[in-house]
Amino acid sequence: MNTPITPPGNWTDRLKKNTIRLGYWTAAWVLTLAIAAFGPNLIWDYATLPSILALLVNLAAGVGWILANKLNLRDLDDLQQKIQLEATALSLSVAVVAGLSYELLEDIHLISFQPEISHLVVLISLAYAIGLFTGNRRYQ
Amino acid sequence: MKNRLKVLRAERDWTQAQLADALEVSRQTVNAIETGKFDPSLPLAFKVARLFELSIEEIFKDGESI
Repeated sequence: MNTPITPPGNWTDRLKKNTIRLGYWTAAWVLTLAIAAFGPNLIWDYATLPSILALLVNLAAGVGWILANKLNLRDLDDLQQKIQLEATALSLSVAVVAGLSYELLEDIHLISFQPEISHLVVLISLAYAIGLFTGNRRYQ
Repeated sequence: MKNRLKVLRAERDWTQAQLADALEVSRQTVNAIETGKFDPSLPLAFKVARLFELSIEEIFKDGESI
């Protein structure tokens, strides 16, 4: 009997909705971050009130992104959650270890430039991507 | 942990995708459980047992092959 056991789609539809929601919040956060970062220089000439408002809107979008991410993770199945957990653990470990060493480089005068948080963000993203890739390969 | 998921699924002529839909997991998860690469959580094991109308012990065994 090759009949579907349950009508497919409920769970996958929910996952799709979560992914789309997460995408929207990610875009909103990136956009508001760009406005908060470049607005003072390019749009409102470092006026205090618009800068504070832009920062608050960015923080609100960040909270929305965190909640959307939480919702997305909650609806993943056991294996997907495990893969996400391992990738997140890897990226967090890399962030702490590499971040502190990077900061130390300047403190002990081994580099002459100020460490940039963006460098760390790139490294964290790479570690997370590698974690996801190896996790998915392992359970294929 | 060993399991009889693949055999039980084959007996019912279900695809991995159909079983995944019924359990509300990804096809990758069904495949990983069948090949013994991933052990399901207790709630998922109960869900599997309910679906096949068997006890958990009749589907999953600790260590030894079935």
